[in-house]
Amino acid sequence: MPDKRERHILITGFGGQGIVMAGDILGKAATLYDHKHATMTQNYGPEARGGACSSQVIISSEEILFPCVEEPEILVCMSQEAYTKNIKSLKTEGTLIWDTDLVHTRKTDAAFKSFNIPATRFAEQLGTKMMANIVMLGFLSAVEPLVHAEALKKAVLESVPPSTRDNNLRAFTTGREYGHSILKGLVKPEPGKHQE
Amino acid sequence: MNGDEACCEGALAAGCRFFAGYPITPATEVAESMSRRLPEIGGIYIQMEDEIASMAAILGASWGGVKSMTSTSGPGFSLMMENIGLGICTETPCVVCNVQRAGPSTGLPTLVAQGDMMQARWGSHGHYEIIALSPSSPQEMFDFTIRAFNLSEYYRLPVIILADETIGHMNERVIIPQEEDIEIVNRRKPTVSREDYLPYEADADGIAPMANCGDGYRIHVTGLTHDDRGYPAMDAKAQEKMITRLVDKIRKNRDKIIRTQNLYLDDADVVVVSYGISARSAMQAVRDARKDGIKAGLIKLDTIWPFPEELIRSVASRSKAMIMAEINGGQMVLELERSAFGACPVSLVSNFGGRILHPGLILNAVAKAAKEKT
Amino acid sequence: MTTAKAVKNVPPHPMDGLLRTERIPHIWCPGCGIGTVFSAVLAAIKNTGWDPNTIAMVSGIGCTGRMAGYIRLDSFHTTHGRALPFATGLKLAKPDTKVIIVSGDGDLFAIGGNHFIHAARRNMDMTVVCVNNFNYGMTGGQQAPSTPLGAKTTTTVNGSPEEPFNLCDLAATCGATYVARWTAMQVRSLRSSISEALEKRGFSFVEVITPCPSSFGRRNRMGTALEMMKFYQGRSVIRSDIDPSEAVVDIDREIVVGKFVDIERPTFMDHYEKVNRLNLPQWRAMHPDHQKGR
Repeated sequence: MPDKRERHILITGFGGQGIVMAGDILGKAATLYDHKHATMTQNYGPEARGGACSSQVIISSEEILFPCVEEPEILVCMSQEAYTKNIKSLKTEGTLIWDTDLVHTRKTDAAFKSFNIPATRFAEQLGTKMMANIVMLGFLSAVEPLVHAEALKKAVLESVPPSTRDNNLRAFTTGREYGHSILKGLVKPEPGKHQE
Repeated sequence: MNGDEACCEGALAAGCRFFAGYPITPATEVAESMSRRLPEIGGIYIQMEDEIASMAAILGASWGGVKSMTSTSGPGFSLMMENIGLGICTETPCVVCNVQRAGPSTGLPTLVAQGDMMQARWGSHGHYEIIALSPSSPQEMFDFTIRAFNLSEYYRLPVIILADETIGHMNERVIIPQEEDIEIVNRRKPTVSREDYLPYEADADGIAPMANCGDGYRIHVTGLTHDDRGYPAMDAKAQEKMITRLVDKIRKNRDKIIRTQNLYLDDADVVVVSYGISARSAMQAVRDARKDGIKAGLIKLDTIWPFPEELIRSVASRSKAMIMAEINGGQMVLELERSAFGACPVSLVSNFGGRILHPGLILNAVAKAAKEKT
Repeated sequence: MTTAKAVKNVPPHPMDGLLRTERIPHIWCPGCGIGTVFSAVLAAIKNTGWDPNTIAMVSGIGCTGRMAGYIRLDSFHTTHGRALPFATGLKLAKPDTKVIIVSGDGDLFAIGGNHFIHAARRNMDMTVVCVNNFNYGMTGGQQAPSTPLGAKTTTTVNGSPEEPFNLCDLAATCGATYVARWTAMQVRSLRSSISEALEKRGFSFVEVITPCPSSFGRRNRMGTALEMMKFYQGRSVIRSDIDPSEAVVDIDREIVVGKFVDIERPTFMDHYEKVNRLNLPQWRAMHPDHQKGR
């Protein structure tokens, strides 16, 4: 059983979406700026692009030994395949976050909290869908503050190519503001594409 | 940073200025980091045509007087065996990092295993001793890579880092000390004149001072059995003398080379022995066992080769049981059995690769061993 | 052994300074052409006037590979086929060193073939002298990638069923900056070609058609060592500046010899400096005229 102080996050999608980078940034925020312990491990297939991909992040105030996330309390899904494969592992009372346009969910389950954001669409509107992972991190920072938002923002800026910093900052802010609006009820979550 | 990147940074901190490699999952990031970092600091990165060439090139570079390394995974490690043997025979300092994946053959390129332990020990033909280190975190990737260079420079042989896919691809915080706080060892140089220099005449500790190419000593270096002059000597007597020294320079210095991290050994009934990524699961299991009131202990092998026979023997004599936790069909457990020498039962917790060991599995084995009557 | 005493009575050889005389006599068979090639290499080295401490010899395995054991230079007798990648590491670690590789056809073009084509492609700044005796001499005369079609070896007793490489054509195709071929008897031309090759910047290659009387000659009824030497020389046709693909080696008809390639091409290090070190302040200070970008 994971230690109570350990927070287990699973970010999933397919290769090329920046899944591993998102996990890396989250871990950097926790270790370098929040001065906690964190590990990030990755699972991926042999394909450079398009295969199933996930990054497992553990954040803790103490040393982390076993680096695998078996029962995430936060599950981020950026593809249908990743959702179908991982939803069963989500911890009771955990949090599910998905990309509105990429995952067709069943009805929300009372056993966990759920949020969605059209992260890829927002990123496209900002110029490139490559920033969907950063939009998602911004959103995550609003709905599930695992690390300080400032720490996360710093980690984003440190991890992206210098010429794209401004754009990525916009992506982060877009995600974060959308998250705040959802929490305040200012925006009704999009109904998504429900699937029975 | 991840373990592969930490390996690169460790190498640079140790003074490595030449890297020859060939892309292979999950070690590619070592080469990629090197290709970015080395040119910045005046070093050379070259991608060779295969791993045979990579290994040959780092030996050549080392004789050119530059600290050198390569990195690879199982299939490439197999190809390097030939020239690892040349490095052993010619006593050439260099470092080989093997980020292990599941085999045999192409196996599971993106998934973890610890199946090359015996290959690292015996993979090249003939009889020899080797030094191999096994890191359990990106921080240890950094630290052990520095140590690997220091050991290779001091003992004059290829030193192997037996990492694994999980460690290579795991991101964690790595603390890089100030330059002046990092201990660096450089190869011993000859102090005598060219006429008096015998390239393979060892000092008292079994290590011969090494002249680099261009130092004016006009050395001859060969993979044939050779005498103190470095000249081929084709008889059993020369073989006996050369191999005895190659073996003894490691065996007789084992106390200085071997390092382990021990936990709760003072009163432990059941001692888990592990290394690399598996040692983290083992440590979790041992801590959980202590919470359950079981007197469990841990030996984490920082050096895999030479194996800590004396430590194992003394711990075995006062333990109820010992357990090896590793990701292969049972390799280092053979060493554990040999070293325990029947003093206590030895068992194995393992899988054949593709996933890391769950601490629960090890905990079950510890609990079971603790209950057994002695 | 009486050899040490015997050596003492031998008058000094003009190349003694470059020889490990204490290792003579050598292991080569009576009549072997390698000795002739070796003295051409020594003479060419001497001719350059370079400080011997700045020259290194690297060899692979085989009869020719033993040259490295007899030359009084920093000398490396490596594993079978791996002389070139070893030499690549050595050269890059110590760029001021002149690196000479000597090895046989089997070592360089069978087990080491992959390394050869890539070293030539990269234009590593080094000189390769290949002793081509059409078979594996040290192991008793087996088929090699240079064995002529139909020639007899211990592994092709009815004649080789394979077509051989044209080594000079291969070297030229892969990007060598200097390519020449001579027979072992054409000592003066050979010596001057090796000298030119040593002075050449880039990957230079000299092939020497050399008699192996004990194995290849005996099995193919080519007579004594001297007869073989003369036979190869008699078959040779000097045709420099010919397209290397037409420079055939056909021991029944003609052996085309000469200098086939002599071109300029940036070396690995030339490119490496430009590509990787362009942005370093030290590099820019050293190369003030260089315009940024490519």
